[in-house]
Amino acid sequence: MITIIDYGMGNLKSIQNIVQKVGGEAIISYDVNEIMHADKIILPGIGAFDNGMKNLNERGLIPVLQKKVMQEKTPFLGICLGMQLITRKSEEGALEGLGWIDAETIKFKSLSNNLKIPHMGWNYVVVKKNSNLFKGMCENPRFYFVHSYYVVCKNENDILTTTEYGFNFASAVEKDNIYATQFHPEKSHKFGMKLMENFVKNV
Amino acid sequence: MYRNRIIPCLLLKDKALVKTVQFYKPRYIGDPLNAVKIFNDKGADELLLIDIAVSKEKRTINFDLLSKIASQSFMPLSYGGGIHNIKDMKKIFSIGFEKTSINSSALSDPNIITKASETFGSQSIVVSIDVKKDIFGRYYVYNHVAKKNISLDPLEYAKKVEKLGAGEVLLNSVDNDGLMKGYDLELIRKISSSLSIPVIALGGAGTQEDLKKAVQAGASAASAGSLFMFYGPNRAVLINYF
Repeated sequence: MITIIDYGMGNLKSIQNIVQKVGGEAIISYDVNEIMHADKIILPGIGAFDNGMKNLNERGLIPVLQKKVMQEKTPFLGICLGMQLITRKSEEGALEGLGWIDAETIKFKSLSNNLKIPHMGWNYVVVKKNSNLFKGMCENPRFYFVHSYYVVCKNENDILTTTEYGFNFASAVEKDNIYATQFHPEKSHKFGMKLMENFVKNV
Repeated sequence: MYRNRIIPCLLLKDKALVKTVQFYKPRYIGDPLNAVKIFNDKGADELLLIDIAVSKEKRTINFDLLSKIASQSFMPLSYGGGIHNIKDMKKIFSIGFEKTSINSSALSDPNIITKASETFGSQSIVVSIDVKKDIFGRYYVYNHVAKKNISLDPLEYAKKVEKLGAGEVLLNSVDNDGLMKGYDLELIRKISSSLSIPVIALGGAGTQEDLKKAVQAGASAASAGSLFMFYGPNRAVLINYF
């Protein structure tokens, strides 16, 4: 069973919809016991960094997530804010992040070519390393993005995909059992379905 | 490479999918769920659903239909129509939509924009601005509930809603709606060059070329209704996408 972490930050129903669509089972929960028994964990999220950390903290979810992901090595997928929260810190807030990957989250500064902020819409990704998440993915996969902040990895090996928006940034990361995407696979048609199917069946 | 979004705009009236001309004469097109399924299969970039009757008829939002739409769509979804408060928005997001579009409620109480963007993040708040020319060709914001222009300059209003926290502006030309003769490019240029948030152009697209022109004029995304619903000179109903 996959557990989708409910910490009051965004669109959980559509994540559950897509997991079911690709043949998996998922519950939406903030119950520590339920999370303890999760086979896989998804941390979605839309909104501000500090609100995200604050809500995780208030619901007492940080210790159980640390234990599951960092000690037990439970497969983990962070989406959008869920990717940013696993970095050490963000320019968007003052609170410390989960720090599971050696990275920081920073804001898009003024971009050339009339590119607007937030980066909102469909964009392509370039896969940087062999990954189960992209197994059998069709060529030139594109995904739906909505974000004003992006992740900068200290260790280049952690970068799974890059995307160009004025410059190349890390649009997905992978480190051991930890996967995270800046884009929204749950809103990215067949490309997102394939990625989610891979997370459900192949990691 | 970033792709500018092409967004079918689906108008709902009661439980039916309709299409208007200059905001009048809603013509029955078909079943909205069937149309959404087609756009989903064709891989549409995003969908915009607007209930054109709910504000006028003071009905409640059709959450049941929206829920059915969301459960079978794997693309970004926006909904507009009859949203009066944060509670309505919360319910729409929990169903599986990522954006809410507000129009008359933003006109009557602009503070709802700030409240909403502080609660849900500005990226999920679209402010829809209907614009109509007067007989001298001057642009005014149009109130679709009162069916008249109000003494509000669209550019001033657009700047104001950006400042209040809107994440996007849906810029709709009432004069061009349903005519399929092209967007009001002058209007798109004027508004999008003065805003730093994305502008979605709506109203008048009749060809794929029109969509490109809207983007060239500065729109971040091009939305259309008739273009994706009609085929041929007699406007036979045919739901289509590229």
